[in-house]
Amino acid sequence: MTSLAKLPRFSHILRSITATNVRYIPPSRLSSHFTYYPDTVADSLGETARLNLFQSINQALDTALATDDSAVIFGEDVGFGGVFRCTVDLQDRYGKDRVFNTPLCEQGIAGFAIGVAVGGATAIAEMQFADYIFPAFDQIVNEAAKYRYRSGNLFDCGRLTFRAPCGAVGHGALYHSQSPEAYFAHTPGLKIVVPRGPVKAKGLLLSCIRDNNPCIFLEPKVLYRAAVEMVPTRDYTLPLSSADILDEGEDVTLIGWGTQVHVLREVAQLARQQLNVSCEVIDLVTILPWDREAVFESVKKTGRLLVAHEAPITNGFGAEIAATVQKECFLHLEAPVERVCGFDTPFPHIFEPFYLPDKWRCLSAIKKLVNY
Amino acid sequence: MLSKVIKSVLKPNQNQMRVLAPFMTSTVMKESGTTSATFDTRPYKLHKLEEAPNTSTTCTRDEALLYYKQMQIIRRMESASGNLYKEKAVRGFCHLYSGQEAICVGIKAALEPQDSVITAYRDHGWAYVMGCSVTSVMAELTGRTQGIVRGKGGSMHMYCKNFYGGNGIVGAQVPVGAGVALAQQYLGNGGLCIALYGDGAANQGQVFEAYNIAKLKDLPCIFICENNGYGMGTSVDRASASTMYYTRGDYVPGLWIDGMDILSVKEAIKYCKDYCSAGKGPLVLEVATYRYSGHSMSDPGTSYRTRDEIQEVRQTRDPIMLFKENIISANLVTAEELKQIDADVRKEVDEAVKVAKTDKEIAVHELAADVYSAPIENTIRGTTPFEPYTHQRLSKVINWH
Repeated sequence: MTSLAKLPRFSHILRSITATNVRYIPPSRLSSHFTYYPDTVADSLGETARLNLFQSINQALDTALATDDSAVIFGEDVGFGGVFRCTVDLQDRYGKDRVFNTPLCEQGIAGFAIGVAVGGATAIAEMQFADYIFPAFDQIVNEAAKYRYRSGNLFDCGRLTFRAPCGAVGHGALYHSQSPEAYFAHTPGLKIVVPRGPVKAKGLLLSCIRDNNPCIFLEPKVLYRAAVEMVPTRDYTLPLSSADILDEGEDVTLIGWGTQVHVLREVAQLARQQLNVSCEVIDLVTILPWDREAVFESVKKTGRLLVAHEAPITNGFGAEIAATVQKECFLHLEAPVERVCGFDTPFPHIFEPFYLPDKWRCLSAIKKLVNY
Repeated sequence: MLSKVIKSVLKPNQNQMRVLAPFMTSTVMKESGTTSATFDTRPYKLHKLEEAPNTSTTCTRDEALLYYKQMQIIRRMESASGNLYKEKAVRGFCHLYSGQEAICVGIKAALEPQDSVITAYRDHGWAYVMGCSVTSVMAELTGRTQGIVRGKGGSMHMYCKNFYGGNGIVGAQVPVGAGVALAQQYLGNGGLCIALYGDGAANQGQVFEAYNIAKLKDLPCIFICENNGYGMGTSVDRASASTMYYTRGDYVPGLWIDGMDILSVKEAIKYCKDYCSAGKGPLVLEVATYRYSGHSMSDPGTSYRTRDEIQEVRQTRDPIMLFKENIISANLVTAEELKQIDADVRKEVDEAVKVAKTDKEIAVHELAADVYSAPIENTIRGTTPFEPYTHQRLSKVINWH
């Protein structure tokens, strides 16, 4: 098993892209409309391959199995690759005792995964959709998150990662679109990570798998095929609880995660063009524990904050950020913190385009922030 | 007055053999203007039950025509749904019932108006037999105003009186079904609840919680596992330590039924109704069936089973084909009559598809409708500031008496 210390951590060399790299995805009733902003990596990271999100996750899982003999992957239909193809070929490569299908029983999968991890192996469990994670809520919140605390650190299930596809996909309706990060963010002991693209996903997933705390890794499913980047083929990890500043700016801080990061980057461009407002775009990356310092530093500089996420506004994670920022940055704020989020309705079937915190709603919030 | 019933060549306990046997037969009986025939039922398997359902059942000519039509409507509706999905007219998810038609038609045939049904997401056929029109099912799939819930639910969420839906989460409907049964017991309306789930969902923990509480309170609940051989892409043998789903209620008696024979299904449900009305509590049924399509539209359905296997079922066990052969050879109906039904069905479904493609979508203000019964705030939080959506209630609750 590769020593953690030897693995490169290179988030600082992830570079921002130029406008010419932007792949435009035309707005359509059948897919969420956002413009994907790919990450590029420094040449020093060696060989790269053109991968989409599911392929980069597949590569991370491949690496995890190759570098850790005790690692096992299980979930519904993962044996033949899973519904999103993230585990494709892994069973052929590593055998049926390391990559295997479970029955359709999320609570059982979660409990089983906790047992595997506390027993000394590395457990990588897949929830087929984040919307299906709720039968496992008790196991994750009460068993996994509290194992270390309740045993006075004699036992832990830190070598445990739950992967789950989350977020809007254009046609997912009520039970294939939700973003449950805030439910779990209410639980000390867990880590929650949401990648914005293939390069980040590979490094972050390997970090989660190797982290000594139970992690929930939420993969924005609309990016599985839509997000394509040149991804280093080597083994690498990226730091958890470290936000990325993707576009530097002076007037307004924009915070998002997952797919929403790409919406916000386009919003930043629009704000510059249409309002002559300079926005700083932050990808929070890790929801719990989140990178408070990076956020405070940015908000103290800009004096204005917009948080946007797909989950409903009330008690979404934006609420926690807004509350913390008003406490820590009160005298720096030029306007009340704005949140642009999903509505307080179930995730709608035919009205997804209206429900999503799209670029126009975000841009309108920026206007309010600067005109306050 | 019944003529001699020819015994099945299948002896009890040989029914696992997947062979097409001349299990039926019949004689046309004309009596006071009705025409009916008697058929042998497929052998049942029992778990902790003393008595089996009847070994024969009677079907009238009108019933035969109705059941045939209902099964054909569902088959046709599902192939139209699949096409609409491929044309991208259906958003959301879409799980087809083709191959399993005899179950919903057979069960419904034995139910009374006060009985309830709850199922999972493979619910188009169920919505139809419980009373939704073909047009309302198809329009729901495409998210249009004439849809059952005005397009707000989509494929997995269809409802009507005493049909508690279409539910999106694997297994979650099973304890709900037990709760509906409790309500029926408490209200004393003489009804029972049919709670359906698949062989995949049979491994969810909450299913066993539901068995326990139902038996504890002897609820009039029939748990029905529709075993179509595959839970998503995993075959039953690879997902379940015991594939004898009718025994998995342990202390809850169970019954195995050949779900490809509609009359065996109907006869079994009649038996279950008697059992439940006698206050004996719940039953766990396993109905053996097969789905021709993949689990959902994103599953071609051929990566974990062979095309030959699907073809073989179509040729030897297809529920519509079997029923058709039976009722024709029993002289209950003629081939021409069935042909006419086929033509009518085609027309009805085609017209429904037309509506489903052309009907209007509901207005965007309905996005904020029906979130709460009576909200404290009139507008829904988070909706757009320039055009806030007002909360409203659009339909009347149909299941409160």
